[in-house]
Amino acid sequence: MARQSIHIVGASLAGIRAAEALRRRDFRGRIVLIGAEHQLPYDRPPLSKQVLAGNWDTDRIQLTKPEKLEELDLDLRLGVSATGFDLDSRTLSTSDGAEAVDGLLIAAGARCRTLPGAEDLGGVHVLRDLDQAMALRAELDEGPKRVVVVGAGFIGAEVAATCRERELAVTMIEALPTPLGRVLGEQMGEVCAEVHRQHGVDLRTNVGVDRLETGGDGRVAKVVLRDGAEIDADIVVIGIGVTPNTEWLEGSGLTLDNGVVCDATLLAAPGVTAAGDITRWPNYRFDEVMRVEHWDNAIEQGIHAAERLLTDDLDAQPFTPVPWFWSDQYDRKIQLAGRVRPDDDVEIVTGTLEEHRFAALYGREGKLVGVLGFNRPRHVMQYKTMIENGTSFTDAIAAEV
Amino acid sequence: MKIVVDFDLCESNAICMQIAPDVFEVRDDDFLYVLNENPDESDRGRMEECVQRCPKQAISLED
Repeated sequence: MARQSIHIVGASLAGIRAAEALRRRDFRGRIVLIGAEHQLPYDRPPLSKQVLAGNWDTDRIQLTKPEKLEELDLDLRLGVSATGFDLDSRTLSTSDGAEAVDGLLIAAGARCRTLPGAEDLGGVHVLRDLDQAMALRAELDEGPKRVVVVGAGFIGAEVAATCRERELAVTMIEALPTPLGRVLGEQMGEVCAEVHRQHGVDLRTNVGVDRLETGGDGRVAKVVLRDGAEIDADIVVIGIGVTPNTEWLEGSGLTLDNGVVCDATLLAAPGVTAAGDITRWPNYRFDEVMRVEHWDNAIEQGIHAAERLLTDDLDAQPFTPVPWFWSDQYDRKIQLAGRVRPDDDVEIVTGTLEEHRFAALYGREGKLVGVLGFNRPRHVMQYKTMIENGTSFTDAIAAEV
Repeated sequence: MKIVVDFDLCESNAICMQIAPDVFEVRDDDFLYVLNENPDESDRGRMEECVQRCPKQAISLED
């Protein structure tokens, strides 16, 4: 397939790995990489950890060395946002103007959800990009009396852990009965809760936020919960999930449904693919339509979506990864591979819940579908291979690992 | 080709071990061991995948 040029919208992990993959596949045409942020592509996971802790400067999170970037010979447009696309005329509109596109790879990512009325309040933060991380870090440096984290998902949990390492008082509020209970099940969610409490986090579960109150100076002063409890807060960090950045694609002719809808090969329309947090596609391995927000998925999907643009329809392969992610909280490395549900069967195969160092297998309909590890990286990867090989739940439990 | 691991960065996520168990091994002590520091040139593609997929960007290749 002789493409002249490929536009990539989104210059974060999926976008840059896609550009690299195109060159590896010997694509010699023009690659336009468009990023809404002004920074060169950087790595986001350290933002809630080393960067927020103040241990790393921002030059340590570059995703690609300058000389490598040079070799890729990109038409790199930073600080430019995509504002529209028309599939019929294949026109991409950006804050720089409109232009015709040949191949298009959409990796525009997602943005943080927030609470109503929180946007204009001083001291209220979300955390996804570098500017947000630096703004939060600057306020943490001032030694707030208490940080309130809303949402005990992975971002909230990591921010809470980093704040505790900075010896700041932390209250974390979770609407569900246990942190991550909807993802990992109640039993494992309870382990996460214990880890936070052991590290001195005031964790409130099963209660939502009613409102944020200001002290009259435009800054947040108090978080009021639905049960009436009031918590004094100098800083509030909201970690309640993300929304895919699809608004600019409304009316484009592409199908949108909580993301850009693609086929199993990541094709959204002829010559248009998607990768990363914005992508919804049927993963045949799990017989499920999914949208995955993990770091590793952005890489794998970026590569697959790039190669798909260079592949004829008949030769196109479905994208069938076993999703995997990690989260570093305190001295625990939490890793999950696979696709688990709260009602899956769970079996601890090594270690114990009490020592917070274990591997737990998740089974459904006789098949191994997931593995959760607390400080068990080797086990997680070995069971991940078994998931990829379609191993039965009983064989996985019996396996020598 | 020589495998170089920055052990100050490595956090034993074991991704490299999943891609190339004959070259990388994370043992029960949670540390990564490089089993073969000089893989054959024909193995470069797989080694580059290890470099790229490492969540800590702790692996590099020297010629």
